Amino acid sequence: MKARHRRFAWILVGLAALGVAVALVLNAFRSHLVFFFSPSQVIANEAPVGRPFRIGGLVQVGSIVRDTGSLTVRFVVTDTAKDVPVTYTGLLPDLFKEGKGVVAQGTLGPDGVFRATEVLAKHDENYMPPEAAAAIEQAHKGGQAKTLSR
Amino acid sequence: MAINWYHYASPATFHPLAGRLAAAFAWLAAALTAAGLWIGFVVAPTDATQGEAYRIIFIHVPTAWMAMFIYLVMAFWSALALGFNTRLSAMMAQSLAPTGALMALLALWTGAFWGRPTWGTYWAWDARMTSTLILLFLYLGVIALRNAIDDPRRADKACAVLTLVGAVNVPIIYFSVRWWNTLHQGASVSLTSAPKMATIMLTGMLVMTFACWFWCIAVALWRVQAIILERERGAGWVAALPAVRET
Repeated sequence: MKARHRRFAWILVGLAALGVAVALVLNAFRSHLVFFFSPSQVIANEAPVGRPFRIGGLVQVGSIVRDTGSLTVRFVVTDTAKDVPVTYTGLLPDLFKEGKGVVAQGTLGPDGVFRATEVLAKHDENYMPPEAAAAIEQAHKGGQAKTLSR
Repeated sequence: MAINWYHYASPATFHPLAGRLAAAFAWLAAALTAAGLWIGFVVAPTDATQGEAYRIIFIHVPTAWMAMFIYLVMAFWSALALGFNTRLSAMMAQSLAPTGALMALLALWTGAFWGRPTWGTYWAWDARMTSTLILLFLYLGVIALRNAIDDPRRADKACAVLTLVGAVNVPIIYFSVRWWNTLHQGASVSLTSAPKMATIMLTGMLVMTFACWFWCIAVALWRVQAIILERERGAGWVAALPAVRET
């Protein structure tokens, strides 16, 4: 074994050990690395109690109710299995829409209503011109109402 | 015909080659940038949900990919520098660091400008963004460590070890959107599935990626030329260079 072979072996061993260590650390911190909790996790009491956290999911179609005379808006966040009602007072991002992704930060009240202090839109990874989007929308309407998935 | 790679491992023979390659890559990068920006801002249509804001993709994705890729290349040269104990490998790693840092900074900066109109915020501490910020700090850390050590050969070794340790961050950045809930959306383009974007948008993005890549190669080669001259200034072949003799 030449000296340089030994050095390469040490580099490989070092990188492998480091990789395992980092994998273990990331696994241990898994629950702290999530940016938001899903409505199912919130209903199952997996979300932190008594301190602010983020909830993420889709804005349920037909659930947005705007207060007349104020910036307060009420809507329902869903992951298609469970729903959590949310109230928020403030400006919403342009991409905030029914059936689209949303991430809201705030606290869960004792009444089960999530009081958001910040609402962010989460867009998906699909990019297409408006004509293509309209064509997909038409195709979906022709089939069944799959509005939640898009 | 086999190329004798060891021939080019000598700074004296690599210096003129780097100059010729850098010029070629710079011209390619210029042509591709013109073509890519034209496709991105003139030919490509508006996005259905994000409107015109999505056009930041033509800068953001290439710079973000380069920031990750350059780090892997730097780690490769660092491993060679440690294993073979070659000077040129360490010089290549040294020359890539500032370009990588610039790419990471551009990715974060353009990402902030994209996040504001789409998500509604410039910055969020989600896994993708935080790990990319760590990547920028790793680049800056390698540059700082280099400058903190006077002996270049010792600096080579220290920087190589730091670069290799930091390399675990690159897969974390790449897979963060898959492993955890993040505000950042998943990958639109990957090796394992069909692209989730219109063909003309994808074309523009890929052309800009190659433009970015070639520009990085050109700049890194020019910088390594300067590093070679600086570190080999005592060598006979440097003194014999026409540009050096004239001064």
